[in-house]
Amino acid sequence: MKYLIIGGELADGTRSDLLLADGLIAAMGVDLDKSEATLIDANGCKILPGLVDLHTHLREPGREDSETVLSGSTAAVVGGYTAISAMANTNPVADTAGVVEQIFRLGVAAGLCDVFPIGAVTQGLNGENLAEIGAMANSAARVRIFSDDGKCVFDPLVMRRALEYVKIFGGVVAQHAQEPRLTVDAQMNEGLISSQLGLKGWPAIAEEAIIARDILLAEHVGSRLHICHLTTAGGVDLVRWAKSRGVNVTAEVTPHHLLLTDEEVVGYDPIFKVNPPLRTQSDIDALRAGLADGTIDIVATDHAPHPAEDKDCEWQAAAFGMLGLETALSIVVKTMIETKLMTWPQLVERMSIRPAEIAGYSEQGQEIAIGSVANLIVVNPSTTRTVDRNKMASKSRNTPYHGMVLPAVVTHTFYKGKLVLSPEGVQH
Amino acid sequence: MKNHLLSANDLSREEAITILTTARELRRVSDGGQKKLPTLRGRAVVNLFFEDSTRTRISFESAAKRLSADVINFSAKGSSVSKGESLKDTAQTLQAMGADAVVIRHGASGAAQRLADSGWISASVINAGDGTHEHPTQALLDAFTIGEKFGLDTYDFTGLKVGIVGDILHSRVARSNVLLLKKLGAEVTVIAPPTLLPVGVELWGVQVSYDFDAALKELDVVMMLRIQSERMHDLFFPSAREYSRAYGLDVARLSTLKSKAIVMHPGPMNRGLEISAESADSLQSVVLAQVTNGVLVRMSVLYHLLAGAVNA
Repeated sequence: MKYLIIGGELADGTRSDLLLADGLIAAMGVDLDKSEATLIDANGCKILPGLVDLHTHLREPGREDSETVLSGSTAAVVGGYTAISAMANTNPVADTAGVVEQIFRLGVAAGLCDVFPIGAVTQGLNGENLAEIGAMANSAARVRIFSDDGKCVFDPLVMRRALEYVKIFGGVVAQHAQEPRLTVDAQMNEGLISSQLGLKGWPAIAEEAIIARDILLAEHVGSRLHICHLTTAGGVDLVRWAKSRGVNVTAEVTPHHLLLTDEEVVGYDPIFKVNPPLRTQSDIDALRAGLADGTIDIVATDHAPHPAEDKDCEWQAAAFGMLGLETALSIVVKTMIETKLMTWPQLVERMSIRPAEIAGYSEQGQEIAIGSVANLIVVNPSTTRTVDRNKMASKSRNTPYHGMVLPAVVTHTFYKGKLVLSPEGVQH
Repeated sequence: MKNHLLSANDLSREEAITILTTARELRRVSDGGQKKLPTLRGRAVVNLFFEDSTRTRISFESAAKRLSADVINFSAKGSSVSKGESLKDTAQTLQAMGADAVVIRHGASGAAQRLADSGWISASVINAGDGTHEHPTQALLDAFTIGEKFGLDTYDFTGLKVGIVGDILHSRVARSNVLLLKKLGAEVTVIAPPTLLPVGVELWGVQVSYDFDAALKELDVVMMLRIQSERMHDLFFPSAREYSRAYGLDVARLSTLKSKAIVMHPGPMNRGLEISAESADSLQSVVLAQVTNGVLVRMSVLYHLLAGAVNA
C-alpha cells in the first residue's frame, strides 16, 4: 500500500509532501508521483515522527479487565504513539524470558505499534533477588530497559548490582524513586493540602533521596540510570547537577505532572490519585523549565489503566494511576508549546527521538527523510477536542482530563508504512 | 445552609452561630420539660459507622430520637461491609431504604465527602469523623461549651486563647476545631512535639508551640487530645511516659492555669497519659458538659439540615 501525504509541514515548518511505500518514506518534496497512492490530506497539519513511550502499563497478563496489549496499542495509536514500553508489574511479573516474549508476541499480533517489554530488575519485584536480566535481554523481546516500577529498587546493593549487570548489553535501569520508609501508606504530596485533608503525606524528599543515591551509584559503577516520572523541583536540580558532572543519567516527566497540582486532591476524587503524587505549582514550573532546557530528556506517559471500581470508592481504598496515552501529546502542547517554553522540533526530540535513543529502538524516532521507516503521525495543531472518558480507546476510563478542552488532534498514525489511525478510527 | 455537614469550613460564621444558637434554644425547651420534639417525625436517620465509636453513635442516636426521627444503626462489624462490600454499594443500599440523612464515621479521610459528592445517594450527609480529616460536630459542641462556660452568648470568641494539645497530626478533632474557632475569632495555639504536627501546619493560621508549660499560662481553654500510646512504635515519641511528662496535663500544670480557664477533652480519655485523673475530675474540667452539649448540637445540626428540607 502506498500513501501520499499532501499539504503538511514538518516540525520545523518545512513544507513537504511524503510518499510512503514498502514501509519506508520513499520520496519527499512537491509534485510527487500520485499513481497507486492513497491520498492523505494534511493541509494545516504537522507531520511528525511517531511518538515513543518508555512507560506504559498494559496490564496483560493478569488484569485484562483494565487493559490488554491490544487495547493499549489501540490507545497508543490514537495518541500518536508508534512504540510503547510495557512495564513489568503485570501478574505474573515480567521477570523471565517467557513472560517478556509473551508480551512481545502479543504486541506483534496486535500489529498497531511496537510493543517493547520492560523487564523487572528483581524477581517478582521483591527488591531482593535479581531477575534473569540476561535471559530477558537475549530473548526474542531483546529487553534493554529494566525497572521494578510501582516499587523502588530500594536496597542500595541490589541497585548497584543491577546497574553493573546491565552494562553487559548496554541496558539501562529505570528507577521508580520512592524511599519506602518515608512513604508508608502515603496518599498524596506532603504539604499544606495534605495537612488540611488529613491524608498521609508523600514528601518530595522521599523521591529526591533515592535520585541522589542512584546518581552517585551510577557514577561510581559507570552505568546508565534512567529516572522514571520526576515530580519535584529538587529532583530536577539533582539531575541537572548529575549531567553537569557527566553522569550517564536520563529522566522523564509525565504529562500529568506538567499540568496538575495537589490542589486537585481537594474533594478527594481518586481520579487524581497517582504515584508519585501530584505536586505543587513551583514543582510544575521547575519540571517545565527542566524539560525545556533538556535536563529532563523525555516525556513518558505512565499510562496506568484501572477498572471503575478501583476509582469509584474512598480515596484511601483507590488505586494509584491515570490514563495517559491518548492525551499526552495534547497536554504537552498545552503546557510546553502554547506557553512558548518549547518549539515543535523540541517536542519531537522529547517525545520521539530521545526516548527511542535511550531505549535503543532503532526503527523509531528516526528523522523524517527518504529511506526512514515510515513511523509517522499527522497532527492538526489548531483544532481542539473535548476529552470524554466514555470515548477512550483504552479499556479503562480513569482519565483526569474528562471534560477538558485540549489542543492538537492526531488525525493519522502510520506504523511501518501502514495506516493504523485515520479520522475513521483505528484500522485493526 | 448546604445539604451536608462535611467540614467545619462548610459553615459560614453566621451559619455556625445559627446552629449554636438553636442548640441553646433546644436546651431551653428541654429544661422546660419538653424532652422530645416532633420535628423530624417520619424522617429516617442512618448512623453508618465503619469504626467503633459508641459515644459518638449514641450521641447522634439520642439527638435524632429526641427530634422523633427513626434511627437505623448500621455498623460495619457483622454487616456486609466486613465481607468486602464497597462504600458505594453500602450507600446505595441505604438510599434504597429511604434514608433522609446519613451520619457517617469512617476510617478513611474524605469518606464523608465521597458519600456526599459521588452521586451515590441523595440523603444529607453528616460527617461524624473521617479518618484524620475532620469531625465538625465535635467542633460545634466544643464551641457551644466554650460559649456556655464563658457566657459568650453571641459566640464571638475574639480575644479568647485556645490551646489544642497533643496528636495534631492524626486528629480530626483538632482540624475541625482550628477551622471553627478561628471563624469565631479565637486565637488558637497548637501544642505538640514536632513529630505530631503535620508538615504544612505553619500555614494554618495558628500559633505553633512545642513548649506546653510556656504556652499554658496564657490559655483560657486547654483542649487535650487523646493520644494513642501505640504511636511510639511509629517513632512519634520515645515512650508514653516521656510524652506524658512533656505534654500531659498533670496536677502541677493544672495549678498553673488561669483561675477561669477550662479543660476540655473529646473523650475517651487516657487517664494518666495525656490527662491526669485530678485534671480530668477537677472543677475546671468541662468534659461531661461536652457530652451533654453534644446531643444538643447534633439535634440542632439535624434540625437545620432536615427540617429546612421539609418546609422547602
